[in-house]
Amino acid sequence: MTVHTALSRRSFIVGSAAAGGLSLGLRLPLTAEAAAAARQPEVNAWVVVKPDDTVVIRIARSEMGQGALTGLAQLVAEELQCDWSKVTTEYPTPGENLARDRVWGSFSTGGSRGIRESHDYVRKGGAAARQMLVAAAAEQWGVPAAECTAAKSVITHAASGRSTTYGRVAEAAARQPVPTDVPLRDPKDWTIAGQPLPRLDTADKLTGKQVYGTDLTMPGLLNAAIKACPVFGGRLASFDAAAVAKMPGVRKVVKVDDTAVAVVADTWWRAKTALDALPIVWDEGPNTDVSSASIADTLRKGFDADDAFVGTAAGDAKTALAAAGARIVTADYAYPYQNHATMEPMNATALFTPRRCEVWVPTQNGEASLAAAAEAAGLPIGRCEVHKIHLGGGFGRRGNFQDYVRQAVSIAKELPGTPVKLIWSREEDMLHGAYHPTTQCRMTGALDAQGNLTALHMRISGQSILAAVRPEGMQGGKDPVVFQGLNGGGAEGAFAYTVPDLLIDHAMRNPPVPPGFWRGVNLNQNTFYVESFMDELAHAAGQDPLAFRRKLMARHPRHLAVLEAVAERIGWQTKPPEGVHRGLAQIMGFGSYVAAAAEVSVTGGKLKIHRIVAATDAGHVVNPAQVERQVEGSFVYGLSAALHGECTVKGGRMEQENFDSYDVLRLAEMPAVETIIMPSGGFWGGVGEPTIAVAAPAVLNAVFAATGKRIRDLPLKNHKLA
Amino acid sequence: MARLTINAAVREVDADPDTPLLWVLREQVGLTGTKYGCGIAACGACTVHIDGVATRACALPISALGPEQAIVTIEGLSPDGSHPLQQAWLALDVPQCGYCQAGMLMAAASLLAQNPSPTDADIDAEITNICRCGTYNRVRAAIKQAAAGGAAQRG
Ligand code: FES
Ligand code: FES
Repeated sequence: MTVHTALSRRSFIVGSAAAGGLSLGLRLPLTAEAAAAARQPEVNAWVVVKPDDTVVIRIARSEMGQGALTGLAQLVAEELQCDWSKVTTEYPTPGENLARDRVWGSFSTGGSRGIRESHDYVRKGGAAARQMLVAAAAEQWGVPAAECTAAKSVITHAASGRSTTYGRVAEAAARQPVPTDVPLRDPKDWTIAGQPLPRLDTADKLTGKQVYGTDLTMPGLLNAAIKACPVFGGRLASFDAAAVAKMPGVRKVVKVDDTAVAVVADTWWRAKTALDALPIVWDEGPNTDVSSASIADTLRKGFDADDAFVGTAAGDAKTALAAAGARIVTADYAYPYQNHATMEPMNATALFTPRRCEVWVPTQNGEASLAAAAEAAGLPIGRCEVHKIHLGGGFGRRGNFQDYVRQAVSIAKELPGTPVKLIWSREEDMLHGAYHPTTQCRMTGALDAQGNLTALHMRISGQSILAAVRPEGMQGGKDPVVFQGLNGGGAEGAFAYTVPDLLIDHAMRNPPVPPGFWRGVNLNQNTFYVESFMDELAHAAGQDPLAFRRKLMARHPRHLAVLEAVAERIGWQTKPPEGVHRGLAQIMGFGSYVAAAAEVSVTGGKLKIHRIVAATDAGHVVNPAQVERQVEGSFVYGLSAALHGECTVKGGRMEQENFDSYDVLRLAEMPAVETIIMPSGGFWGGVGEPTIAVAAPAVLNAVFAATGKRIRDLPLKNHKLA
Repeated sequence: MARLTINAAVREVDADPDTPLLWVLREQVGLTGTKYGCGIAACGACTVHIDGVATRACALPISALGPEQAIVTIEGLSPDGSHPLQQAWLALDVPQCGYCQAGMLMAAASLLAQNPSPTDADIDAEITNICRCGTYNRVRAAIKQAAAGGAAQRG
């Protein structure tokens, strides 16, 4: 394998495009090669049909394990009515997208948006291509297009008994006018979309053939290992390059920005070995006193602070909770920092010359990578190109944050004409995360004499992701994403419970630890807080947790439907087996309604999760088999965080540097998961993230049922159950 | 120069003796199917077989190996992806991102070679590899499917 075969013609496009001096938003005449590729079999931007009827579907979003590649191809193929067995896929490059007026739309792959945000235009892409193919055949036959039908890549004119294939008319189809009226097929007539089809990208993942970013090679490639100041906000003071210059394979020691130093060598192992031997002096900066304890203290003070942003409110919760006679239940919760810990560490390969810069990178957002590359290269964006590679896990780490791209380009700039592959060690990955933010929450509820919840104040205190990474999304100082799952309405999570006096607010406290979008984002801790506390309230009221919730959910039938579904399947109304205890949780987020029920036992202080039932209403389902995998995977991610995961701060830096101290769920702990997919239609919800949020509260509510111990801060490993 | 027998071929490699086998495979022999995940034998992404036994290659210096030891990587598990485990993995569509899967397959192949009908407890004990995408239940099911189909005959 060399990069040229692995990465196709696209590697070369930027070289010629560079001369055009493209800048953002300008249309650039296609390069000769791109034009040739476009001319040959492209029907439109989404669909290429080759003479042998092979269909290439262009996928703008990234494949990181979640199955978007297959799902998006299904949506295009459904409208195209092509032969699924002849479908292959390719990524257009971010540079091509810019050169073609962003014909493929956004490349961003996060927030469980891959399908829910692009289903309309990708389906239209497939439908328009089908119309053009049919029109081309009809024109050749001299018959009205309306008399022709298309199925499985074959166009038929029944009246004259003629038929042809997509491959034969593809070239003529490309010359057809682009249709303006593009009706879409009704999801209930779907034959390719909506089906549990196997993934398109499995075979190479079983033989070692799949090329990840860390595997890239190309002629003359050098490898880089990097260390940035481990203390947040610190800088690189100095290093002694001479001390390692003569070590085997070492080519160069490079200062990277003001914060990091990299060793470039013939192999990565030699680069890392020399880096470990390199004397480095850090200027640790202003945060060396910051610790988990100091952060927790700051957050706790936010419970009583007046400077809170209101997320959702009804009535007057504060007055109601202060009123005499109300029975008050209150509890404080906390959620720690987490690292994404993708199995493939951060990496990027860059090739810089003074005229152009190319980057090969596993990225959740190719356009963000391109912007980062251009900025680091100091070149116009049109002289840069990014080649996307399948990701060895993303989970939010590889979208907004393009630190590794910037670093790779900075290093490559020191070695013009030489491709440099930067791979972070696991330690670097653990020390320089974009961490799941830390928050605390004080829940205060009032129960009336009948045990009804009449008032609720949910005070979140803690970190805002947007304030740190996307300040343009802030609304007058407020971070709306903090309230995921707690909103008055909307796709990002309507709060299920109708409480007469309700206040959900946020005291923003931002410690100097970089936060990021971590699979599930703020839905994770919000669901842990709300669903644990609902359980607490139910027990305080002496009511069954399902019945207690049900009374408050009448206005949210979809929320209730998934909750009822898991309760029924787990056998909520029947007695569990001896020693087994159950817990429930529900939430809405990322456009979908989800719920989970767990069965656990605790013996000698040891937790065993026997069984999980999970329900998802995502509106429409493009591939139920992949939804099942996302739901199962969500429990691995969610339970890793609930049981084991925690990044602690000491001396202004993370204490955990590898999987020995940052443990995650392994196979032996994995419960059986039964998935109920119950699409109610009429909307498009995401499935990669929401279920993560119900994993912890469902299990921990069951732990309470088993032990009487209420776990109010994660992870569980910090608590004794015996 | 070290002499190593990798996927039934003897290779001369020019590497410092303390270089872990993982990096020799990836960077000197060009077998990149074996993955780096942690470097401290904690995740299993780098699992290969040494004389049939699943071994984490990231923490094993090549100085500990001689040409008489048979090293098998994912590329050598079968010539064409036809090992019963690979077939079961394909039938159950196990991988998500796939990064951990070579290590999973190699760990599972070693388990089946030694224990043709593993129980759930055997699988729990032997398959300690990390998968962050969450393929564990399908890994378990695929191991059982391959075992039921007679993976053992292939050793
Ligand atoms: S890379 Fe060897 S066990 Fe993780
Ligand atoms: S399939 Fe992605 S880490 Fe296992």
